[in-house]
Parts: sequence; structure tokens; C-alpha cells
Amino acid sequence: MPATAALAQAGPAPAAIPPAPPPSFGTLALRWYRLNQGRLRATAIGIISLIAFLLVWHLLTTYRVVFFVRFTNVPSPLAVYASFVKAIHDPKFLMHILLSCRRIFIGFSLAAVVGVPLGLIMGRFKLVHEIIFPVAEVLRLIPAIAWVPMAIMLWPTNEQSIVFITFLGSFFPILVNTLHGMSLVDPVLVRAAQCLGARERSIFREVYFPASLPHIFTGLTVGMGVAWVSLIAAEMISGQYGIGYFTWEAYSLVQYADIALGMIAIGVLGLGSSLLIRGAGHLVMPWRSTR
Amino acid sequence: MSEMLASEAKGHIDVKNFSLSYDSIEGPVQAVTDTQIHVKPGEFVSIVGPSGCGKSTLLNAVAGFLTPTTGIVTVDGERVNGPSAERGMVFQQYSLFPWKTVRENVEFGLKMRGMPRSQRERAARTLLGLAGLEAFEKHYPEKLSGGMKQRVGIVRALATGPKVLLLDEPFGALDAQTRVIMQQILTNMWQRLKISVLFVTHDIDEAIFLSDRVYCMTARPGSIKAEIPIPLERPRQQSMMMSSEFLALRRGLMSLIREESLKAMGGEINDMGMQGLNIELHGHSLADVI
Ligand SMILES: Nc1ncnc2c1ncn2[C@@H]1O[C@H](COP(=O)(O)OP(=O)(O)O)[C@@H](O)[C@H]1O
Ligand SMILES: [Mg+2]
Repeated sequence: MPATAALAQAGPAPAAIPPAPPPSFGTLALRWYRLNQGRLRATAIGIISLIAFLLVWHLLTTYRVVFFVRFTNVPSPLAVYASFVKAIHDPKFLMHILLSCRRIFIGFSLAAVVGVPLGLIMGRFKLVHEIIFPVAEVLRLIPAIAWVPMAIMLWPTNEQSIVFITFLGSFFPILVNTLHGMSLVDPVLVRAAQCLGARERSIFREVYFPASLPHIFTGLTVGMGVAWVSLIAAEMISGQYGIGYFTWEAYSLVQYADIALGMIAIGVLGLGSSLLIRGAGHLVMPWRSTR
Repeated sequence: MSEMLASEAKGHIDVKNFSLSYDSIEGPVQAVTDTQIHVKPGEFVSIVGPSGCGKSTLLNAVAGFLTPTTGIVTVDGERVNGPSAERGMVFQQYSLFPWKTVRENVEFGLKMRGMPRSQRERAARTLLGLAGLEAFEKHYPEKLSGGMKQRVGIVRALATGPKVLLLDEPFGALDAQTRVIMQQILTNMWQRLKISVLFVTHDIDEAIFLSDRVYCMTARPGSIKAEIPIPLERPRQQSMMMSSEFLALRRGLMSLIREESLKAMGGEINDMGMQGLNIELHGHSLADVI
């Protein structure tokens, strides 16, 4: 075993039992590398492509390229970075972000708490489906932004109407996907549960709900995306705080670097929240994450 | 386990004057007509017949998923009117809950019965051990081979100690080797638990090898064409499938089924196709064609 022994020098000392020595650090590292080669490659290419993007952005803005699109006033990456450094020390910027997050949290949570159970019940009870579905089908085609004037009339405070818009944006994707999941539940599984003695309530909890979970999480992911879209639009139109308002205000105040900073912040927040949902999905559906 | 083993054989299935028709846009589709079958306590009975003759329909009515159009299904004198844990069922499509581990699947029936967690965990472990599956108790079904899935399916159906076990072509999707092993496992469990089994298959060898009695059904609308006792002694070995006794039973059943499958296909193939079909039937198991 000379090769292993040589590699082992890099890591902790291998046990000295000759028949089956535990793999050395070197072999383990090599194996890990082989197993994750594809992912490492993707990560490396991803990093390179991000750097290239920044570079192109830098070149376009420093040379103020005008080619159909005008880069004359577009801030450079360095300018944006400078305003980022300034912003993270500015409690006002942090408050914008916190307020947006709070609106998302409340609106989205409400949408999930209402949408998922409603979808489950509609999927199970025909009459409820027949009553609610037509209304939902019409309402869901109205973009949440179109609700802004109505929301302002409906709710006493601006804050409430913005949360309402966020709620609406995520509610319909969640409802529709939950319903879809319910319609795809394998009837054989329901039968299997029935002849193991399961009654209606248990079948709902033990079969319909877990069987729909993958689609519920698709709904939550889509819903989270639409929630951010709706929130930003609502904040730009009627807000006084929030990251959408910050971005729009930057334009009015001719703070061009802050426009890009706001945009990037929105992107990062959206990414973060969708990662959170994906993580929750892995926790709730362990049978799927082992793939 | 011990209470399940000790209980005296129960599970007398009785199907009388049974017929069932499905509603369709062209009017009612008669799937099964004028059928009588029975399974004595502790007996292993198979139903064979060409595809579409109503085997599943009959079995689903015994399970309680379908209501007979006419006639009555009883188990131990009680009328069947809905699925129940007294009649365990194994489906051809692996019907394990993907979101439950192997052990949780086996525990399901006991959980529904309200058995406390620690108790049902122990029971499930014992049962899985009997089926040689203890090493897989924490696995999710997706990771298992077809044969293992179906073994778990059988164990799950037996866990609540049902009086009868209904199986609808449970080994149809398995390869030949695995199927033979599964047949042995099923036979073992059946002999241990002394329950009645109603087994649907289109594999004649399988039906003869496993059963005390075989019902052969006619083409749609299905009814019982013949009832064949299988007097082969037990325990049965794989080598018996070459015995003259076995082959004679096989020949008899085959010709019965051939008539019916040709009838079932008759509308489409006419005389021209017949000859080719006959030649093929000689070489291969008829089960492949049905
Ligand atoms: N839900 C249904 N609606 C209408 N016809 C059906 C339905 N289910 C089965 N059938 C018909 O009833 C007949 C018997 O079906 P089945 O019991 O599944 O046969 P087998 O299990 O013997 O293949 C078939 O011809 C099938 O087309
Ligand atoms: Mg069938």
C-alpha cells in the first residue's frame, strides 16, 4: 500500500492494522473530488461567469458606451460598491430592508396559512371546489399590481395595503399548486390506506397532505417570487419605506449608484428567501432530499 | 405476532350471484356476470383469466372498493360494504407510501388502530425480520428494488392480522427469478398465519404452484368457466413444476384460457391472425400473450 501511505502524510496518521486500513485523508479527498467533480466544475464556471459579468459592466460604464442602450449615467461596479459600504453603516438603509422583509414575511405567511389549507380542502371536497374555483380563477388573472388602487381604498393604512398586495401575489400560486398536487394524488395509495383501516381524517393527514407536499412547495417557491415582485411594485407606487421605495427614491434624488444597489439588494433578498423555502422543503420532505 | 399465529383459521369469503357493471357513456359495461366463488378459511385460491375479464373488478368488490350491481359478498357471514383492515390488499402497482420509511409503512395499519408507538415499532421490526427486511427498515421505498417493495407491501398488509389477504397480480412487474422467490415468501407467510388468500394472476404456473384451488374466468363479461382443485402436496418445491402432475394441470388450464383469450381477441384478429398466434403460443408461456 505505498501509494496510500504516501498520500496519508498529508492527513491524520492512519491506523496500523494491515488488512483493512481506514482510508487516509488523501484517498478521501481524492474520492470526494471525484464524486463532486461535476459540481466543482459548475461552481468554478459560475464564479468565472460572474466575474466576466462584472468586468463587462465595468468596461461598459467606464467607457460610457452608447450603442442603442446608453450607459452614460449607469453607475460602475466600483461606484455601487462604494455606496454599498456607505449603506451598510446607514441605519436608514437597513430599516428599508427590514421593513420589506417584514412585509414579505407577513404577506407570504398569511398566503401560505390560507392558501395551503384552502387548496387541500378544495381538492378533497367537490362542493367547496365548485364554489370557490370560479372566483379564484377570475381573480388570479389580475396582477397584484393592478390591485394597488383598490388596496389603498380597502385598507386604512398604507402598510396594510402593501402587505395585502404581497399576500395577493403569493396567494394564488400557492392555492393553484396545492390544488394541482391534490389532483395528482395516486388513488392506489388512498385505497392502500383504506384497507389498512384509515378513515377520512387519517387519509387526509397521512396520504393527501404528504402526497401534495412537493407541489405545495412548488407553490411556495413561485409564490415567494411573485410576493417580491408585487411588494417592490407596491412600494414603488405607494410606499414610504422599503427597498422598492429606496430604489425609486434613488432615481428621484439622482443617486444613480443607489439604484443599482437597491436592485442588487432586491435580487439577493429574493434569492435568500427562495433558498429558505428550499431548505424548509428538504426538512419537511426527507424522502425526497436523499435523491 | 403470537395472537395472530394462535387465532384459529378464519376468513371465509363467499361471493354469490355476483355481477358488476361500470357506467360509461355508451351505457353500462358488464364487467362480471353471474359469478359464484368462495374461499374456505385458510385456503389459497387463485383467479386466472384473460386480460380484461374482470379479475380486478371481482377482487376490488371483495376488498370493498366496488359495490356489486347484483349479488352479495360476505366474509365470515358479514356483508362487505367498504374497505376494512380485516381484508388486507396488495396491489400490482407498488403502493407503498413514498414519504414513509419501510418500517413506518409496515406500522401504518397498527397506527390507524391506535397502537402506541413503541409497541407498533416492535411489531413492525418483528415482521420485517420475518421477511428478511430488517436491514432496510429506515430506507424510503424509492431506494428499494421491485421485489423488496412488494415484500414490504405484503408485510404491511399482514401487519394488522387480517382474516383474508387479497392480491392483484402482485408479482406481475417482477423478473422471473424474483417472482419465484416472492412466491416462496408468500407461501411461507400464508402457512404461518393460516389466513385465506385470494390471488389474482395471469400466470398459470404461478396459480398452480401457489394454490389449493384455481378459478378460471371467461372473457368479458367475466364469469367462472372452471374451478380446478390443485392436489399437489405441500410443501411445494420449485422442482415440482417439472412433474407430470403439474404439467397435466398446466395443460388443462392452458387450453381453458387459450379458448378465452382467443375469444377476447377474436374481434380483432379473425382467422388470418390465428395461425401465427398458435405458433407463438407453443414456444412461450401463454401468460406473455394474455
Ligand atoms: N372504471 C371503469 N369504467 C368502465 N369500464 C371499466 C372500468 N374498469 C374496468 N372496466 C372494464 O371492465 C373490464 C374488466 O376490468 P378488470 O377487472 O380490470 O379486468 P382484469 O383485471 O381481468 O384485467 C375491462 O374490460 C375493463 O375495460
Ligand atoms: Mg387487473
